[in-house]
Amino acid sequence: MLNIRDKGASIWENWNRMKRVSFVLTVIVLVGLLPYAGTFPLTSFLNTPITSYQAVLVYPIAMFVLMALGLNIVVGKSGLLDLGYVAFFAIGAYTMGILGTTTKLNTWEILPFGIGFAMLAGLLLGLPALRLRGDYLAIVTLGFGEIVRIIALNLTQTGGPNGVVGIPNPPPIFGQKFELNDHAGYFWIIFIMILLVIWMVRRFTIRRPGRAWEAIRQDEDVAALMGVNLLVYKLWSFSIGAAIGGAAGVIYASKVMFIAPDMFTFNVSVLILACVVFGGMGNMWGVILGASILAYLPERIRFISNSRQLVFGLVLLVIMNVRPDGLLPRKKREKIKLKGAK
Amino acid sequence: MNFSVLATQFWSLCLQGVALGFIYVLISLGYTMVYGVLRLINFANSEVVMVGTFATVIAQVTILKNATDSDPLHGFKLIYTLIFALVFSALICGVLGVLVELVAYRRLRALGTNRLASLISAIAVSIVLSEAVRIYSHSAPLTSPRLLEKWSFGEVAGANFRIDTVLIIVAGSIIFFALDRFVNRSRLGKAIRAVSMSEENSKLMGINLNRVISLTFFIGGLTTGAAAFFYTTVYETTQFNVGFNLGLAAFTAAVLGGIGNLRGAFYGGIFLGVLEQFSSAILGSQWKSVTVFLVLVLVLLIKPSGIFGEAVQQTRT
Repeated sequence: MLNIRDKGASIWENWNRMKRVSFVLTVIVLVGLLPYAGTFPLTSFLNTPITSYQAVLVYPIAMFVLMALGLNIVVGKSGLLDLGYVAFFAIGAYTMGILGTTTKLNTWEILPFGIGFAMLAGLLLGLPALRLRGDYLAIVTLGFGEIVRIIALNLTQTGGPNGVVGIPNPPPIFGQKFELNDHAGYFWIIFIMILLVIWMVRRFTIRRPGRAWEAIRQDEDVAALMGVNLLVYKLWSFSIGAAIGGAAGVIYASKVMFIAPDMFTFNVSVLILACVVFGGMGNMWGVILGASILAYLPERIRFISNSRQLVFGLVLLVIMNVRPDGLLPRKKREKIKLKGAK
Repeated sequence: MNFSVLATQFWSLCLQGVALGFIYVLISLGYTMVYGVLRLINFANSEVVMVGTFATVIAQVTILKNATDSDPLHGFKLIYTLIFALVFSALICGVLGVLVELVAYRRLRALGTNRLASLISAIAVSIVLSEAVRIYSHSAPLTSPRLLEKWSFGEVAGANFRIDTVLIIVAGSIIFFALDRFVNRSRLGKAIRAVSMSEENSKLMGINLNRVISLTFFIGGLTTGAAAFFYTTVYETTQFNVGFNLGLAAFTAAVLGGIGNLRGAFYGGIFLGVLEQFSSAILGSQWKSVTVFLVLVLVLLIKPSGIFGEAVQQTRT
């Protein structure tokens, strides 16, 4: 099997600091220029038919990458199967919707509230649910996702099936305006959030929480014996994942200006989970790649409109069978070392 | 909140709940059998139900040429049509179950990969199935002809023993009893139980693992198809997206009873059916899934392995 990941890692390790910094900066600038790739002749093949390319870049691509990174902390890093991730996205979106229409707060002021409420929901769900194991956790989180949607559907405060309309766009920052049909600004904002998440996850991974998650993922019982406080670290992983979902929800609601319960179905949770597994659980770069592909593909093949979801399902099935560990799986260095020791 | 229904309709709700529960029982067997053998959630089962409901209508309309608006049937023709539709739907779903295993699970199982990869490939299969049916049916609901005249055997304490309710309860009990006997008494059933205890050891005992797993998917598909037939007979309409809610409820039922355990699925399904009926009568039908999930969380907190289940192994992703 082609091993792009190890090849990439070895090239990266042979670089000095200068090369690394300039490489990262180049990548950031290139990704930042992505909204204009559609008009540039060399990269115009990226253009999506029917829907605007810049709109696709914001939702679903950037949004899915952000959420997949958040879910990756829960599923990939700590091995907790969460099938109701959409709930946190919905909580963020509804926080923005309700506070944005009833109070004078703007998006940037609501963002901390959205993140806070999502984290709180993560804690409330996690406290009873994280004591459960494996598939039971999966079904409880799945149920939680449905409960949030049904509550939004049936309460008058959330507008019921009609949802919340007239959510304000974010106010401009540093002269960058945010309007419904100006997508580049939103892309950059989400891109900055993605960079922050990447930085945060990288810090976590090499510190205590990251090591605790890794231990929990590999074997809960052994981790507990080694003195890892299971519930505390699982709750951390859960609520950090939830916070990222909530942040994505706030930006999403503020961009599309209208939210309804239909947008937060189980299918979204499944898609995000598919992004994580498809890209390579636990490996951030794989997850980013997987989310970009799975979000982009259905839009790129929109010209076969009626059967595009069918094609999507078939592609997902084939890739999962050919590369079951995902496109860029996590490192298996530990295993290699073990073999050498024998 | 409307507690007065408890006084007036108690037995009626119980009866309706048991009938609905039997549909859940039969679907949840599709989850619980597969879980018992593979320790995997068979996510594609919800779409197998959906295909089953379409198969039932196709058997009645396309193969037996009953017009959708025709009068209810009587006598021999009625019995023949019912049995044919039941068998047709069950067989289609059984074969579909085997195909699902071949396409979504077999290769990944041979590679010995993580469980989430199988989960995603099963989800991919369910996307393919539901999309294929959506395109086939043009997203329109499909109406089934009314086969049974809905006459009643009579009322006992306010509970109306309508023919379709009785049919589900009687036929469902027979199917469940037969399956229970099969798994607990026959040679093949013994093989299934052996595989669910230990794959490695059953292989050493000379059990053909692939065949037993295919058989499990086939049986799960059969009962799921039977449930799809009953569902269509009662509600008389289906659509490409009916699978999700039915599958979710049935899976919840399986977990409630203790997943991987046949009798657990039985009690879980009946309990869930009755619970759904009561919560929709008291709180309104929009809150029924919320109640169901709250009860599920409570049950799992008190007894994490479900009401009748044994402890589940730790998930390794």
